[in-house]
Amino acid sequence: MTLLQRPLLVLLLLVTHHLLQCWIAFGSVDEEGQKQEEFNEELLLKPLPDRKVLAHFHFQSSAPPSTSNGRHHHLFPKAISQLVQKFRVKEMELSFTQGRWNYERWGGFDPIASSNAKPPGVELWAVFDVPQHQVDASWKNLTHALSGLFCASINFLESTSTYSAPEWSFPPSSGNLRYGTLPREAVCTENLTPWLKLLPCRDKAGLAVLLDRPSIYRGFYHSQRLHLTSTGSGSKGTDSGIILNQALTVVLQPIQPNGLRASMDHASEKHIQPSWSLSSIFGKQVRGRCVLAKSSKVYLQLDRGLVAELKRIHKENEKSVANGLTSENFWSYPSFELSANPDRIVIEENSLHSKSSSILYNFQVEKYSESEPLDLGLTWKIPVVWLCQSAPLHSSRFLMGSGNERGAIAISLKSTQLREGFMGAFADNERCELRVDVFQVVPWYVKVYFHSLQVFIDQQPKAVSDVIEKIHVSPSKDKVSPGMMEMVLKLPCRVKSAALTIEFDKGFLHIDEYPPDANQGFDIPSAIISFPNFHASMFFLEDGSVNKSPLLSKFQEKSPVMSYTEVLLVPLTTPDFSMPYNVITITCTVFALYFGSLLNVLRRRIAEEERFLKDKATKKTGQLPLLLSKLSAKLRGRPWEPPHSPPSTSFFISSKLVFKVILVAGLAVGWQYYFS
Amino acid sequence: MQKMGKQKNKTASFSFWNWVIASIIFRLILIYFPKNLNLASRPEVSTPLTSFRRLAEGYWLKQLSMSPYAGFSFCFFFFSLCPTFFNFFFILIRQKKEMYLIFLVFGYSGSMYHGSPLLLSLLGPLTVKRIEGQPNHLLYSLVSVIADVVSAILIRATGKNLRLAYLRSLESLDIVQQTKASEILSPGDAAALIYLWNPFTIVACVGLSTSPIENMAVILCLYGACSRLVPLAAFGWVIATHLSLYPAILIIPVIFLLGCGPDAPPRKLFLQKNNKEEVLSKSKLRLGFSWRPITHFAFWALLWSAYVLVLCGISLKQFGGLWEMFKSTYGFILTVEDLSPNIGVLWYFFAEVFDFFRNFFLIVFHVNILFMIMPLAIRLHHRPCFLAFVYIAIFSMLKSYPSVGDSALYLGLLGWFVNELADIQFSFFLFCGYVGVSLLSPVMHTLWIWRGTGNANFYFATAMVYACLQIILVVEGVSAMLNHDRKLRNLATSKPQDAKS
Repeated sequence: MTLLQRPLLVLLLLVTHHLLQCWIAFGSVDEEGQKQEEFNEELLLKPLPDRKVLAHFHFQSSAPPSTSNGRHHHLFPKAISQLVQKFRVKEMELSFTQGRWNYERWGGFDPIASSNAKPPGVELWAVFDVPQHQVDASWKNLTHALSGLFCASINFLESTSTYSAPEWSFPPSSGNLRYGTLPREAVCTENLTPWLKLLPCRDKAGLAVLLDRPSIYRGFYHSQRLHLTSTGSGSKGTDSGIILNQALTVVLQPIQPNGLRASMDHASEKHIQPSWSLSSIFGKQVRGRCVLAKSSKVYLQLDRGLVAELKRIHKENEKSVANGLTSENFWSYPSFELSANPDRIVIEENSLHSKSSSILYNFQVEKYSESEPLDLGLTWKIPVVWLCQSAPLHSSRFLMGSGNERGAIAISLKSTQLREGFMGAFADNERCELRVDVFQVVPWYVKVYFHSLQVFIDQQPKAVSDVIEKIHVSPSKDKVSPGMMEMVLKLPCRVKSAALTIEFDKGFLHIDEYPPDANQGFDIPSAIISFPNFHASMFFLEDGSVNKSPLLSKFQEKSPVMSYTEVLLVPLTTPDFSMPYNVITITCTVFALYFGSLLNVLRRRIAEEERFLKDKATKKTGQLPLLLSKLSAKLRGRPWEPPHSPPSTSFFISSKLVFKVILVAGLAVGWQYYFS
Repeated sequence: MQKMGKQKNKTASFSFWNWVIASIIFRLILIYFPKNLNLASRPEVSTPLTSFRRLAEGYWLKQLSMSPYAGFSFCFFFFSLCPTFFNFFFILIRQKKEMYLIFLVFGYSGSMYHGSPLLLSLLGPLTVKRIEGQPNHLLYSLVSVIADVVSAILIRATGKNLRLAYLRSLESLDIVQQTKASEILSPGDAAALIYLWNPFTIVACVGLSTSPIENMAVILCLYGACSRLVPLAAFGWVIATHLSLYPAILIIPVIFLLGCGPDAPPRKLFLQKNNKEEVLSKSKLRLGFSWRPITHFAFWALLWSAYVLVLCGISLKQFGGLWEMFKSTYGFILTVEDLSPNIGVLWYFFAEVFDFFRNFFLIVFHVNILFMIMPLAIRLHHRPCFLAFVYIAIFSMLKSYPSVGDSALYLGLLGWFVNELADIQFSFFLFCGYVGVSLLSPVMHTLWIWRGTGNANFYFATAMVYACLQIILVVEGVSAMLNHDRKLRNLATSKPQDAKS
């Protein structure tokens, strides 16, 4: 019996072991899936030359292409993946911005300025992976979905008069691209909250804790972005991989504590940069990472210009003091002080266009906890003045002309001082040319005359064909589509200033088409000026961990330097909104006057003619009416009277009238009966 | 207006050509005026249909091989390949082969140009052609001046024709003596000089609008019909209709003109006369309605319209064809899409009217023009030229985008009837009204658009007054003409009695 039982037991054991193995195997598959879905959070802080601080939050969630996960995600927001699947979005970017990025002071050449600075209001562009004829339908649906998702009026972008399809001037060039902006959209917390909801820790833990509403909306510039790229084919019904980048850029003014200010002498305080810390600019501290995040880092970036300036100061000090500091580790030189020790210092690898390279101080958030929060602060010891690197040409746009009938849009490009440095590389060859792409969308009520395009270089008018290499216009159609203009300009390298002007007529709208505050004016969305010869990228040499930091790998992407111009406000003439009834009645009166008086003149007969006609009727002609009147008299059984005797005619007319009234009433009744 | 014409004509009767030359010189002075007085952008002159800038824009788009109206086109333009054709448009200084200008054109084209493609081909090149040291659009202005002078000459010829016919009919009625006393002027000269010296015509000509050309087509049609040149009449009618749609209704006066000759007293009078005096030879006047010229006219009209359509079709072959043209010319006229202010009343009406009623009022306003066709034709069929004048006055008052060029046309034609309309009522009031409106309307426009101190109602009020003035002119004109006929009949019928007594 026991002998018999033993093999059974062994078998049982074997079976259970097998099953367990299976279980473990399943578990491991699951774990792998979990591993593939990633979330990273990063924060980059950067002092700006005009005593402000830039904070750039970057959250990246990625979902790999997989068939096993089905519709479930561990970290990745489901709403976004559904959006991508439903509308087959290949790439999409949505930004909510308040304030304008100051390209002159905050720089226009680094990746943050070039690809994160956005025009005020809402900007949305999307590339679809659908056939050409379905793109518009997908766009419409997408705008509605996003509108619901982000509590914003993105659905206004649905109408064809608000979006356009740029061909080649907008960077992700593709036939299925749609681009639309809402310059007047007000951005506030109701847009931020749904944005934060997409993060796995929301704003309860991790770096997002810093997003204290009052302090971030107090800033000078605030831009929240959502950029997603779907990778993989997704053709066989499988999920495509999605990478979702959420970035929030704020420019804040550090509030100086009173005590500190008092301690400083006034002469140096004027020039010295304000000292700040996370708690002073956000009012919060980082109390540990979001546990779901794969990595959680805080960077402090020193600009190229700042580093160069610090180096210079350091060298001067070296000469005077002559202490043993080498120039390599000058960043530890006490021109400023950090409140926390950086875990790693990264130097930019090779800055192509600049003499010096910028420096990153890396702080790992994992090290800090509730009891020991990270309150990164920067305290300046000596006054430093530097400039941020700006784009090759500073672009601005303005309106010309007065009155409400016509005007002109002018885009002016001015060379920046900083350009000389990196222009040197190209200066040696003779036919050095600077390529500038201009992309401009104008709403239909700004009726642009494309033939009036004029180009001025260094205040000298030039032939359009000399400067514009390529142009693509799609004129506006009233109430249907906006006007769009894409241009490639070739400017000589030594150009000091260039200007484009184009004339327009202001349209007149129907009263229903005016917004509630019609006299405020209408917005012309920002033009996009890009410099395809220049790439805003930064290479940071990190010991093998470059691939792990999404923010730094984002910085490495070679994207052309781009800048947005100002939004223009065009005042349009308004009709009198209280007048519709008056206008309708007065106009109709005039028409009635015309019709009535002309008809009256045509049928009027003067007295003599009347008499003549009556005579004729009685004497010569008019046999039929005479017979008729005789007949009617006979029918009524009365003696016939000559028709010109007054009582008879009046009676006859009244009976005619009665007959007419009855006829009309009968017709009305018939009509009513037939149609009901 | 009429009085002014009379006054001018008193001095001008001996030297018509001097005055014509003077008017040409006056126009040239205005053309050479610095900045051209900015007349080209006045709302009174350039409506969306007649605007010079829109024509230039349409031509520019066409040169980029884009549809001037709408449609879908995709094309590359290599300027270096065809420099001979484009050298006046873009001067290529580049020598290198690879520096050709690539114009990449794609997408829907705009709603800027709404005129005829033929005008685009004929006048378009003139919009960009420049002569050094001369005003920018000299060639185009010269074309307008020539069109004006040709129109004036045709008006004069037609007026003489009318006069002859009128005198002949009076002779046949034997009432020449009675009416002779009231004749002061030659109506042909009067009409031509009114047309040439009318400030409206001058403004439309100097303001680079296309209305001188449209007016010339209308006048060509009437001249052809009056002098029984059937192909010319058909050509004028087809071109005028093609350019601005409304002259289509002129087919009725043209048929009357061709069928029973130019203006004459009512036919009944002749019949009465003939009854009384059988002696009067019938050969002098053709009283019947002859169908022969009308069939000729129909044939020629068909031929010309086919020709015009083929030409349009060729020039729009790659841009969506004729349907696009009809949609953005006639469709644009009929559905008043552009609400920019002009001297008419419809722009403000359709800017304010509730969307729900828009279609209804569109129909009502356009039918208003059509409704009056029949009553007027019945009552004035013996005076086809006057009928044409009334039709022109009505549609230039009620059309969707009226301009002063349209008013200039009917005011010029008014000169044909100086003798018949001598006792028109309110003529002084009308003259003062026209002067007042043409002074006040720009002021109100400036107040509203440029200074921002007035509002749209101010400008609309002047447009309203202008519409009323035109209505009074038409109504009083018709009434004066009917009265004149009555007078003639009285003369004709009472004459034997007078002779007896």
